[in-house]
Amino acid sequence: MTAPLLSVRGLRVVFPTRRGDLVALDDVSFEMAPGEILGMVGESGAGKSVTGAAIAGLLDPPGHVAGGEIRFDGQRIDQLTQRAWQPLRGRHIATIFQDPLTALNPLYTVGRQLTETLRTHFPMSAAAARRRAAELLSETGIPGAASRLDDHPHQFSGGMRQRVVIALALAGEPRLIVADEPTTALDVSVQAQITALLRRLSRERGLAVMLITHDMGVVADTCDRVAVMYAGRIAEIGPVDAIVGRPGHPYTAGLMGAIPGLASPRERLVQIDGAMPRLTAIPSGCAFHPRCPRVFEPCASRRPDLMPAGATRAACWLHEGGLA
Amino acid sequence: MSSPVVEAIDLSKRFALPDAWWRRALGRPPRRALQAVADVSFSIERGKTFGLVGESGSGKTTVGRLMVGLHAPSGGAVRIGGQPFGPALRRQVQMVFQDPYASLNPRWTVREIVGEPLREQQHGMGRAERHVRVGELLAAVGLSADDGARFPHQFSGGQRQRISIARALATDPSFLVCDEPTSALDVSVQAQVLNLMKDLQRERGVAYLFISHNLAVVRHVSDEVGVMYAGRLVERSPAAALFARPRHPYTRLLLDAVPGQRRDGAVPPQGEMPDPFDPPAGCAFHPRCPLANERCRAERPRLLPADGGVQVACHAVAEGRD
Amino acid sequence: MIAARWRAAWDGDVAWALRRSPGFLLSLALLVLLVAAALLADVIAPHRPFDLATLDLLDARLPPAWTAEGSAKYLLGTDGQGRDVLSALMFGLRISLAVGLVATAISLVIGVTLGLVAGYAGGWVDALLMRVCDVMLSFPPILVALLIDGVGRALLPQAHDSLALAVLIAAIALTGWVPYARTVRGSTMVERHKDYVSAARLIGVPGGRIMRRHVLPNVMGPVLVLATLQVGTAILIEATLSYLGVGVPATSPSLGTLIRIGNELLLSGDWWISVFPGLVLVLATLSINGMGDALRDALNPRLR
Repeated sequence: MTAPLLSVRGLRVVFPTRRGDLVALDDVSFEMAPGEILGMVGESGAGKSVTGAAIAGLLDPPGHVAGGEIRFDGQRIDQLTQRAWQPLRGRHIATIFQDPLTALNPLYTVGRQLTETLRTHFPMSAAAARRRAAELLSETGIPGAASRLDDHPHQFSGGMRQRVVIALALAGEPRLIVADEPTTALDVSVQAQITALLRRLSRERGLAVMLITHDMGVVADTCDRVAVMYAGRIAEIGPVDAIVGRPGHPYTAGLMGAIPGLASPRERLVQIDGAMPRLTAIPSGCAFHPRCPRVFEPCASRRPDLMPAGATRAACWLHEGGLA
Repeated sequence: MSSPVVEAIDLSKRFALPDAWWRRALGRPPRRALQAVADVSFSIERGKTFGLVGESGSGKTTVGRLMVGLHAPSGGAVRIGGQPFGPALRRQVQMVFQDPYASLNPRWTVREIVGEPLREQQHGMGRAERHVRVGELLAAVGLSADDGARFPHQFSGGQRQRISIARALATDPSFLVCDEPTSALDVSVQAQVLNLMKDLQRERGVAYLFISHNLAVVRHVSDEVGVMYAGRLVERSPAAALFARPRHPYTRLLLDAVPGQRRDGAVPPQGEMPDPFDPPAGCAFHPRCPLANERCRAERPRLLPADGGVQVACHAVAEGRD
Repeated sequence: MIAARWRAAWDGDVAWALRRSPGFLLSLALLVLLVAAALLADVIAPHRPFDLATLDLLDARLPPAWTAEGSAKYLLGTDGQGRDVLSALMFGLRISLAVGLVATAISLVIGVTLGLVAGYAGGWVDALLMRVCDVMLSFPPILVALLIDGVGRALLPQAHDSLALAVLIAAIALTGWVPYARTVRGSTMVERHKDYVSAARLIGVPGGRIMRRHVLPNVMGPVLVLATLQVGTAILIEATLSYLGVGVPATSPSLGTLIRIGNELLLSGDWWISVFPGLVLVLATLSINGMGDALRDALNPRLR
């Protein structure tokens, strides 16, 4: 059993506002093994992006980690100063965001952005950096890589731009990539190309990827394990087939039912009435209980921890002591 | 077979890009033009939904705007209830937009927003009567009449889309264009809104043009589907047939690319949508098509009937090579 | 409907930020004081400096009350004709504020309207209006005001004072409308493409009504900041013109006029006649600018 690459325990992230503290993440715990692709799924406001930001040290102040710990390769990274992050960010932990247009500097050529990143993290000559940059571009599937080094971002199409962003992320030879909605802004046919690319890179390089998305389909295609988030907590976590096929948490089941599938058309989609609670008004006990079709006695008063539920672990009293 | 409520007949739209002022002053024809939509035809019957599918740049949004009169067609026509679309028919046609945040004026109350079509188009209605009607509309979409006094920012994305739908239904239109109405919503909220739209369609017999890039959603709501690529319809078919047996290579590519099907070993699609300023000669899809031949590179295929009520624009299909 | 909007504004983030900004509160307090002094001048001013019957030449050129030769009757001293400086200040402030406010209001209306039209219509209308803006901006405001004022006086040499005042206000208004037009044009161009405008066009709402009822409320934010800052500028332009002798007519002197009057006696050592109006002018402008700055910071979403 290899030691986990990333270990998150009891993570609590708080955003102080004029109306009081907003708890964006409440007691979140999970681990990632090296080379594993973990999907963080949830709807807007669930806390998946905040989790990614906390791990990459990119929480927007005044948001901060108010409790718990994050360990990368055994070393604590949740309370590092921005200066202490320099050797880590971009090098061992890289990030990919949703919009390639804003992630790349429109004024500099792609080659310049790549070589700059390379030379920041590794001692290399300009010529060596250029060669490596071309290698990275072709590894991410950009044809004619060497000649494209001198192009600017706007000269690439959307899918190609995202590949450039991935190449930039790979430049530091990271062990973990936090990818926040990397395919959401892309067309469907291009999405498939990018998810296939991420999967291939992970397999070839033993690269761990935290894939944050609201799209269960992307998760089903790409991930090994999935964590489903709700109102700042993890509702369920487990291998992807189990989460998609045999979910243990009523919210996960509701999500699966609400997605229209290509396979079998239903007359009515399963509807979870109501909406995710605002972070300023999270219900007591289990956060999902007001909307849960299977709510019963303990749900409103006691908050469930993640407990075994078949092949997954779900934060739901239905699975207490192995009932289901 | 009732006559269709909505007809699009050979719709085309060409956007001329502004040139240097001296060229315009001299009256020269514009140098660059974008053919956003070309020769698109379809019809929708009462209470039915036509799903228009395509990726970004396919022209589907432009078709939606042509159907409601936000753009004037460069060619072809739109007919509502058999009549050519004009100002008199405005109250028959409405639209629900994609972005729940930009489609409602942030400075207006919900009541003013939903009541605006009534104010503009139904001059006989007094203020009190409008008030009542807005309350009815809000209730019909699952909100309360009191919500009329609030401002859009006080509502969630899903609720704002409901407000947009209430506004769209205010004048009891016979035709509603829905431009990616649920793309910006979470999955569970999407389910609520789609169910609501289906219920309203059943109650009121409205015809929907449902524009989306999400094939699964389109499958769920549509009776007939049109697939667009580079401004043209490449396949038009009853929904069940399209998803069971897609004919056009692009339709197949799209269906294969839908995430979540776990078809390991499936070849991911290559290439991207062509540059709209410089489309390939012949069939716009040929650079990406596994079945392309010489004819495909030279001659653009027309929409021709294939079996099963399906229409496909593809030489390979017409020649039986697929 | 209106009440709902006011209530929403009071509870909103902007009002909250302003309430907590010491700069804003201080500026507001100062401004309220000055405005009260100006408005209540008729009531609280100790003298009637422009009523010739009440002047006593023997009281001329008295220094402020706290100096040796001063008199408690004239707190801030008197000028060369026996006019009480404090009272003259209050009336002068009234004129300065009034001219500044009215001129700014007029420029706002002109600028916002032109900006809306330019942003919404686009094309050659926009190009034309922007070139007009460019031309106006290339002239220093004082020169433009001087020009318009001069032309006005030349055309109407025997005009009544109120007409001269109107010409002055028009001159200042015409120098200040360009920033509004530019700002509103930019915001209008952004709003124009939003779906709520498309929804209104779809219904058949005519362009003018869309501009007025849909776009205008959404572009007014930066305009308010601009307006508060421009009031300060307008007051200063008026003061400059009055100082140069081509501003307000002599019968209703503003702060600038008072400074000019005092200027002649400055070298004789009678400093109080110029300095106090100057000080009040500075305080008025500072307080208005302070409010404008605080408003701009409060409206900036990133600083919230």
